[in-house]
Amino acid sequence: MAGTPPRTLFDKVWDSHVVETLPDGTCLLYIDRHLVHEVTSPQAFEGLRMAGRKVRRPDATLAVVDHNIATSSDRAAGIAEPESRLQVETLEQNVAAFGVPYFPILDARQGIVHIIGPEQGISLPATTIVCGDSHTSTHGALGALAFGIGTSEVEHVLATQTLLQKPAKNMLVRVDGKLPLGCTAKDIVLAIIGTIGTAGGTGHVIEYAGEAIRALDMAGRMTVCNMSIEAGARAGMIAPDETTFAYVRGKPYAPKGEALERAIAYWRTLPSDEGAHYDKTVIIDAAAIAPMVTWGTNPEAVLPITATVPDPAAEPDVEKRARMQRMLDYMALTPGQKLSDVPIDVVFIGSCTNGRIEDIRAAAKVAQGRHVADGVRALVVPGSGIVKQQAEAEGLDRILLDAGFEWREAGCSMCLGMNPDKLTPGQRCASTSNRNFEGRQGPGGRTHLLSPAMAAAAAVSGHLADVREFA
Amino acid sequence: MQPFTTLTGIAAPLPLANVDTDKIIPARFLKTIKRTGLGVHLFDTLRYDETGAERPEFVLNREPYRHAEILIAHENFGCGSSREHAPWALLDFGIRCVIAPDFADIFHGNCFKNGILPIRLPREICDALIEDARLGGNARITVDLQRQVVVRPSGEEIPFQIDDFRRHSLLEGLDDIGQTLQHAPSIDAYEQRQTADHSWVPAIV
Repeated sequence: MAGTPPRTLFDKVWDSHVVETLPDGTCLLYIDRHLVHEVTSPQAFEGLRMAGRKVRRPDATLAVVDHNIATSSDRAAGIAEPESRLQVETLEQNVAAFGVPYFPILDARQGIVHIIGPEQGISLPATTIVCGDSHTSTHGALGALAFGIGTSEVEHVLATQTLLQKPAKNMLVRVDGKLPLGCTAKDIVLAIIGTIGTAGGTGHVIEYAGEAIRALDMAGRMTVCNMSIEAGARAGMIAPDETTFAYVRGKPYAPKGEALERAIAYWRTLPSDEGAHYDKTVIIDAAAIAPMVTWGTNPEAVLPITATVPDPAAEPDVEKRARMQRMLDYMALTPGQKLSDVPIDVVFIGSCTNGRIEDIRAAAKVAQGRHVADGVRALVVPGSGIVKQQAEAEGLDRILLDAGFEWREAGCSMCLGMNPDKLTPGQRCASTSNRNFEGRQGPGGRTHLLSPAMAAAAAVSGHLADVREFA
Repeated sequence: MQPFTTLTGIAAPLPLANVDTDKIIPARFLKTIKRTGLGVHLFDTLRYDETGAERPEFVLNREPYRHAEILIAHENFGCGSSREHAPWALLDFGIRCVIAPDFADIFHGNCFKNGILPIRLPREICDALIEDARLGGNARITVDLQRQVVVRPSGEEIPFQIDDFRRHSLLEGLDDIGQTLQHAPSIDAYEQRQTADHSWVPAIV
């Protein structure tokens, strides 16, 4: 259209969902998809009940349990921990009372909310997707505008199918060139966060672009978008392309036939226009990325596996120096120590960041013909029942079990220390999850974030290790 | 929601950057189905040792800060998870206002939904307010949302910015859902338009 200023991918999805703009610029934004889980929804349903309100669009809502549940094979017996059980039972009562579609704990489609949305074709390009969980940014990999919300906003969406929002600013992160061998989407996103910092994307939606992003499969794109929130951005997006369309095609809830062709024709109009404005641009050279691992207690404290633990004494800024020292004290690391010498107690492969079939294949490839080191406990937790079935059909469970890994049921597991899978004080974990905050995986637990292949390499080595030596 | 107009109270200094929501309220305390009762676990690992005893050096374990209604922190406060349990825990403890150089987006939005006012002020002003707060119980800080100023114990007034919509909602204690439902005809019209233009978005049934 003549006269229309060039727009970004974010601008286009945003504009097409504005119901009304209020005088101060706050927009009433329509929400196409609302994913619900047990932890952040009870108070929202209670609010509806107290106000005598209904769920406006149960047909745009899907509920699942993931955070609280055990991932052990005996989970058909029910949840042992009373508070967790109450939260799950409360969700089950709420979905029944309000008519919300639900994947129960023993349904094969059950899994981590951010794994199952794309897997079921519920998350689609050009849609708005929300969930009471910050890693909702994951779904932006499809070219959706997807972001985490609090419980009051969960209630707001249940009641009105809208949210009151101010438009975010646009940030472009372009990853040019080809990723070196042994590096994955996880290394890309850790390198990005290491570059821009944990607040580098605050107030922005990050659009990931460039050759290295285009070359990623959908699983990799989801890993990148998943950790947008770790860079402070509420959402990350990747323009849909043939990779996206091929992924969506045939998914259970995705449009089919002629409707799909119409959808794809529309999705092709989404990529950012030539000359579209970005408030911030960051360019990263993919060729310079190496397998990454975090050494501190937030995700920007990250270095290539070939590096040594940094020395606070070399940091000129007094405050940063104190922060680094606090991290090293908590992590029990010594400046100058080689990262590849750091011994580990536990390995966790799973989570909404890295719980997809591609991640399990990557771990199994390293595990094949090797064995978990003595004294190391290594958990592999598929992101969904469907991922688990697929892995078993490919024989990956056998490879992992033979190598001494545990093969578990789907759930959030050791990502966040709110179900039985958690670290004990002082334990050190090589984890494919997304947050290395103090106590995140259990009080006193120490987390090193890395890719699934790197996690498997650590498991068989007994210490952090460079996966490139396992080719 | 309780309206927020003017608050005069004790401010607790918390000069830490990147205070994440796991630090404000660890995930193991998110198993509640209520909004209340989380104050006792606010900053749990900073506040209590492994045996559950209070760490005497932590600010909220000291007088007069046990009665703090204002918290002053450093950059990127509230980063991490979307848990609204973080503002619920602050509110349950008695905190109605957090002042910091900047906030993580989701936490910032969640505060407004619970009658907590998050105020962004430049780092050097936060540091000055932290010095004020360190003076203790006689050094009350006033936050006047009507006039959009923070008043230091010296009487100096520091203006702050806030969105008009959020300011109005806090001053009146308005429920967002009630306000949005006044726009129901627009939502209906949008849904009809969308059904025509984007019929490829299937129902989840």
